[in-house]
Amino acid sequence: MRYPFPVGRSDFIQGDEAIARAAILAGCRFYAGYPITPASEIFEAMALYMPLVDGVSIQMEDEIASIAAIIGASWAGAKAMTATSGPGFSLMMENLGYAIMTETPLVLVDVQRGGPSTGQPTLAAQGDIMQAIWGTHGDHSLIVLSPATVQEAFDFTIRAFNLAEKYRTPVVLLTDAEIAHMRERVYIPNPEEVEIVNRKLPQNEEEARLPFGDPHGDGVPPMPIFGKGYRTYVTGLTHDERGRPKTVDAEVHERLIRRIIEKLERNKENIISYETYALDDAEIAIVSTGIVSRSAVRAVKILREKGVKAGLLKLNTLWPFDFNMIEELAEQVKKIYVPEMNLGQLYHLVKEGANGKAEVELMPKIGGEVHTPMEIVERVVG
Amino acid sequence: MYLKSAYEIRDKYLRKDMLPTIFCPGCGIGSALQYTLRAIDDLGLNQDEIVWVSGIGCSSRVPGFVNFDGLHTTHGRALAFATGIKLANPDLKIIAFMGDGDAAAIGGNHFIHAIRRNLDVTVILINNFTYGMTGGQVAPTALKGLRGTTAPYGQFENPFDIADLAVSAGANYVARWSVFNYLQGINSIKKALSKEGFTLVEFLSPCPISFGRRNRMKTSPELLRWYQKITVPLAKAKNMPPEELEGKIVIGEFADRDRPGLVREYEAYKKRAKKMMGWEE
Amino acid sequence: MRKEILFSGFGGQGVILASVILGRAAAVYENLYAVQTQTYGPESRGGASKAEVVISDEPIDYPKALKPDCAVFFSQEAYNKYLRTVREGAKVIVESDLVPHRDEEFEKKLKVYALPLTGIAEETTGLSLTMNILTLGVLTAWTEVVSREAIEKAVLDAVPKGTEEINLRALHKGFELGEKARTEGL
Repeated sequence: MRYPFPVGRSDFIQGDEAIARAAILAGCRFYAGYPITPASEIFEAMALYMPLVDGVSIQMEDEIASIAAIIGASWAGAKAMTATSGPGFSLMMENLGYAIMTETPLVLVDVQRGGPSTGQPTLAAQGDIMQAIWGTHGDHSLIVLSPATVQEAFDFTIRAFNLAEKYRTPVVLLTDAEIAHMRERVYIPNPEEVEIVNRKLPQNEEEARLPFGDPHGDGVPPMPIFGKGYRTYVTGLTHDERGRPKTVDAEVHERLIRRIIEKLERNKENIISYETYALDDAEIAIVSTGIVSRSAVRAVKILREKGVKAGLLKLNTLWPFDFNMIEELAEQVKKIYVPEMNLGQLYHLVKEGANGKAEVELMPKIGGEVHTPMEIVERVVG
Repeated sequence: MYLKSAYEIRDKYLRKDMLPTIFCPGCGIGSALQYTLRAIDDLGLNQDEIVWVSGIGCSSRVPGFVNFDGLHTTHGRALAFATGIKLANPDLKIIAFMGDGDAAAIGGNHFIHAIRRNLDVTVILINNFTYGMTGGQVAPTALKGLRGTTAPYGQFENPFDIADLAVSAGANYVARWSVFNYLQGINSIKKALSKEGFTLVEFLSPCPISFGRRNRMKTSPELLRWYQKITVPLAKAKNMPPEELEGKIVIGEFADRDRPGLVREYEAYKKRAKKMMGWEE
Repeated sequence: MRKEILFSGFGGQGVILASVILGRAAAVYENLYAVQTQTYGPESRGGASKAEVVISDEPIDYPKALKPDCAVFFSQEAYNKYLRTVREGAKVIVESDLVPHRDEEFEKKLKVYALPLTGIAEETTGLSLTMNILTLGVLTAWTEVVSREAIEKAVLDAVPKGTEEINLRALHKGFELGEKARTEGL
């Protein structure tokens, strides 16, 4: 198969472009979107590439329609993606809930910019962390990934597709305006080097009859996609294992919602990803995610030079969240700092995890600039 | 036209375990559904190559009752979901069952843009002037003066003429009947299902419980008689002055053309892209 | 080895493109780590424009310049705004016609190469637009942050078809000027 960009070599490209190329290599063949800064470059790259690889790229009338279209495409068997930024992300909350309820694999990229509302269209922020996890109504769970470099934007996009397919769930890739427009060296692998996971399809009539059941005991039902004779009925209403609406049956509702949440919860060891830097003997921990982690690594290096035993925990996934790991960290260190580009979101998860075992201090910054390493250092050494 | 018995149609196409339907006595949705199934049957379409799509409302529950692949989505969004299904697998035929509020209010933007793109889909639109499922609020099709729980003193806004809107936006086929016009209804759906691009068959459909009751028409026959009074066949309407058409609803076939559908346009676009990039001759 | 290079001027001078070409030369043709970031003024033509490139032989943590090792100033506004952000001993290229007012005091701490870059570009290629490519030539030969082969390949990747020859002429003129600065120990 021919690719519309060089593979098997390094390139020097923007984060948005890296996400588009990764999606194509991950097998994405359907993209629907609506223009928005700073996510438009993802769409523009998809628009350029998709017709060449026999995929679809279509500009919808708004973000509600964009996510709707990719859900439809996913049920027709395609790997599908959309990308947006804050204002569009808010509009997508309705159908993100639908995707969770109907267990539809898809990838939703949110390139964070300053908010609320139209806010700061061209500047980076991390103000959508809580929205990504809890934005849609009702009890639910989904997967949220958070890259810090252009290479990670590429790698995590491929991972996002694989997780979506494996667990039949929407996956949010939470990036930001800084990574979106930054150019960086990225290794674009050969297609043979890319690990590809495909959704489970029903292996027999019995499995096909239970599109929302648990025939394998792993919480993830095979997906009877449209056009194969399964006659699947998919609804956002509370439904039983067969997909039949059962809107006033408390037991059916609880069984469905608990399975959707638990299929991720019990696989969380396979989903959660993080990196540490100089954390083994640390007395001061910094917990961060995304672009801020890059300032934090530098800050830790400077702090170590000053004789402060600092270390970093960089979270690559934001949900599911490993509260136990944070508690263990809190038992080891004296204090945890949480630098983030908002007025306190990740902080609340870390504080809940720390469970009072160590003091947790927020280092908020808003306005569009990433924390400088010295800002973090000065806050720690006072 | 030979009509099979309704039982035969029911046994062949409905999910028995989902019956009875949620529809109230006197509701017109069942009739429109029956016409659609008869059209499918007459055309000999493959049941496994059709996907029924819907949004929210009484009419949107239809895909649950028919034994086909079906996607019951969010309010107003059916056609946006349908766009994804159709483009990802063009071999599938899409039928969208929609209500007036679903298509013309919350889904108005998706509706006009699906038509603008000439998405290959057949829309069966149930127009009962009301939000039946939520208890009789006024719909964007409600004629001036009609009552609903959110306009208890009579609608004061202007109505949308959905068929007219669809013609203007570029649909390939547009027809409107009342559910009383069953033969015209079936024939229109057959035509709609046989064409490429966006096709729409709108039905004036009685809702005695949520709508009729508030407008001095407590039963379905009363509503059907009212339709007889307010509807004017297109041929006759052409010779009527605008004053006389005030408060009337024109029925008939409003558009029948063959512009290329979205699937064909996108296939050509892919070819153009490959040619422009030198990938193909 | 962490090298930080600052490019600044006004929109339309090719500030951003120069930074992208340098980053690409390092990342794609020297197999180094490189990251390029940019800020625009209110308009993409005429407003203030700044780009930074960080090059390293190990993964780059903080992606922005902390204290630039090299800097290029194409306008008085950019010079006034960013000159004092560079580190002591930094190699600085100044478009002397466009930066008439200089901070002589601070420049004493730096290695400054001031040239009428726009004029030289116009003389060399007939196109003042090639000034940014010429400057890349100066920077490469003077600082040796990337090799001449690498920057040449990156220039060819980036410039529009049909303009390769003109741009290479500008680049080579830049090499000549940069070489002079290097051998003279500037």
